[in-house]
Amino acid sequence: MKVSLFITCLTDLFAPSVGMAVVKTLEHFGCEVEFPADQTCCGQPAFNNGYPQQARTLAQRMIRVFRGADYIVTPSGSCCAMIRDHYPHLFADDATSQPEALEFVARTYEYIEFLTKILKVDLTSYRLPEPVDFTYHYTCHMRGLGLTGDPCIDLLRQIGNCRFVPLEKAEQCCGFGGTFATKYPDISGAIVRDKVQCGNRTGAQVMIVNDGGCSMNIGGAGHRYGCKFAVRHAAELIAAALEGGQGNAGH
Amino acid sequence: MPVTDLPKKTAPSRLALPVFVPNFMARASLESANQSLHDALDNSVTKKDYSRRTMLAELPDAEALRTLAGNIKRHTLDHLDYYLELLEKNVLAHGGQVHFAADSQQANDLVIAIARRTNSRLIVKSKSMVSEEMELNNALQAAALEVIETDLGEFILQVDHGHPSHLVMPVIHMRARQIGEVFAAYFKVPFTDDPPTLAEMARVYLRNRFNDADMGISGVNFAIAETGSVCICTNEGNGRMCTSRPRVHVAIMGMEKVIPAMDDLPVFLKLLARSASGQTLTQYTNIITGPKRPGEHDGPEEFHLIVMDNGRSRILAGEYRDTLRCIRCGACLNACPIYRKVGGHAYGSIYPGPIGALITPLFNGLAEHKHLPHASSLCGACYEACPVKINIPEMLILMRRDQVRAGIATRTERWIFGLWTWGLRHRWSYRLGQVAQRLFMRRLPAKDDWISKLPGPAEGWTRVRDFPRPPKHDFRYLWKEHQAKKDAMRNGQGVLGERPRHE
Repeated sequence: MKVSLFITCLTDLFAPSVGMAVVKTLEHFGCEVEFPADQTCCGQPAFNNGYPQQARTLAQRMIRVFRGADYIVTPSGSCCAMIRDHYPHLFADDATSQPEALEFVARTYEYIEFLTKILKVDLTSYRLPEPVDFTYHYTCHMRGLGLTGDPCIDLLRQIGNCRFVPLEKAEQCCGFGGTFATKYPDISGAIVRDKVQCGNRTGAQVMIVNDGGCSMNIGGAGHRYGCKFAVRHAAELIAAALEGGQGNAGH
Repeated sequence: MPVTDLPKKTAPSRLALPVFVPNFMARASLESANQSLHDALDNSVTKKDYSRRTMLAELPDAEALRTLAGNIKRHTLDHLDYYLELLEKNVLAHGGQVHFAADSQQANDLVIAIARRTNSRLIVKSKSMVSEEMELNNALQAAALEVIETDLGEFILQVDHGHPSHLVMPVIHMRARQIGEVFAAYFKVPFTDDPPTLAEMARVYLRNRFNDADMGISGVNFAIAETGSVCICTNEGNGRMCTSRPRVHVAIMGMEKVIPAMDDLPVFLKLLARSASGQTLTQYTNIITGPKRPGEHDGPEEFHLIVMDNGRSRILAGEYRDTLRCIRCGACLNACPIYRKVGGHAYGSIYPGPIGALITPLFNGLAEHKHLPHASSLCGACYEACPVKINIPEMLILMRRDQVRAGIATRTERWIFGLWTWGLRHRWSYRLGQVAQRLFMRRLPAKDDWISKLPGPAEGWTRVRDFPRPPKHDFRYLWKEHQAKKDAMRNGQGVLGERPRHE
């Protein structure tokens, strides 16, 4: 199965190791991973700030760059939601581009969604070398993707030595919101402090956050105010379990 | 002093009320540092959000019900002229009177004219957001009419000269201690912060006023076109007193409150109480059809329905029509992370929270409330909570676009987004931008790979949290290494090449 990776600009620059964990896990599960080097940005910042024309320009570029890929997989929920929720509208009045846009949308998946819906992976035979308690921040854009259950938690719980601890107000936004975080720092700061406090109360060593922006926000507030957990992408935990090896499963 | 001998005071004046000033930034900054407000809101609105979820989950198919409610509202709004005419016809047929008001001034004048004609002096009022929108109390008092709010929360606010901060829980920003102080000063009684005692004080006082009142004013939760009825949902029974005890009942509604038929009502009743307060049904659900009929003992002699436009037909004609579906349940406020931190007053409008961030600029101007559509992380909790499925985040984005089109967004911002988009249209300029950012940020002082101060417009970020220092190599570099390693293995050279250097 050929998978084209849409790394997203934030992960490219700030969290390349998350990208590599995504690559390694997808390859482990038998995918042939490609990385179209012409990719840039999905246009979400422009769209969310009221510049749909600019977003459309970048959307056209995305569709061109990923032409021919079987699946497009991205480790960022919000970028995937941008594509799925808004690309169809961006091309709604353009009968020539719309079919290809819709087809592109249909081939695009968020990483966890791809693992659970397409690859249908089973992690029960893997285990972490050391026991890890993890908690899970429910990133907001998963709502738009219809991932309102807890497929990520269910998946990670299959891993041996990996224990889930619920997070208070898990569904409350972390306060990132793109330019919102910088434009309204007081409000954004109050919200993310709340998130860090809830995280600290879990006693978990790891908080799983599957979105580049949210990770920077929660991690940055955690570093400023004191944080008892590490912010990690699910791919990193899965990669660690794959390295931990197969065959000695058991909870 | 026992609460039964409270002095008979005249209605507290609300004339001294400061008008709302749109100062979102200042107010929001202030409130976002107010931990006691956050705790109060967490204890109330966050909990209400959870009880809403629990109650909806108990329904066989809440999702289908929300879709149905949204579709009924959409249908009604698409044929609003028809249903308003039908409503008028059926109210008249049951002996009531219908008045259409183009704006709040006309609506206020209508109420005053009815009061004068019916020789009403004392007016009791149940909670109504549309009356707040009209600033009805100020208008009545300016016309020398005495008006008393009878909803407990609204009564506290009237005594305290305050504004509601929530659509259904108006005094959510106040603690029992503050309410105790307000009542002690007003009723001249010793201070207590015991909620039942405070409620009893208000109850005894209000009971007398109900008996003396000439006119009762209520809002309307739903107006049923098919029968000419209005439905009013309350929890304290004051709505029932206001609408049955005085000689005259005036019900005021925004023109979007009409629904087609009695069969539609249960759909909304099931959703309203669950979404607003986590109840299966409000304590009192009144369906009122016209005034007292010949032979009936109870009820008002006159029933008036005021249907107010006040900008709604303008909204109806545009892209924001869906905002008129709103049933004012407040679920979006309870779910909103921003509301939970800044409270209702920061919004500078009688309509706070996510729905307020949309309708306040629609009613009062995009430029006057330019911050409201932006002060959202677009997390979508409001859309998920909305019982009539108003896609609030999508419309906030539309409104941001309208601000750009109207020239409200700054020139600098437009220039930045223009340049940014151009940069992302080419691989080389994207790479140049990424490399420049990395080199620049790696020169800033950092501790454990976290930068504590960013310059320029990014300063907002580091005012409240640290910023990650970009690692030495970006993903593209690691990817190339990974590919080289795979190629080497394929060519039988093993993996003894240089190991990738991660940070």
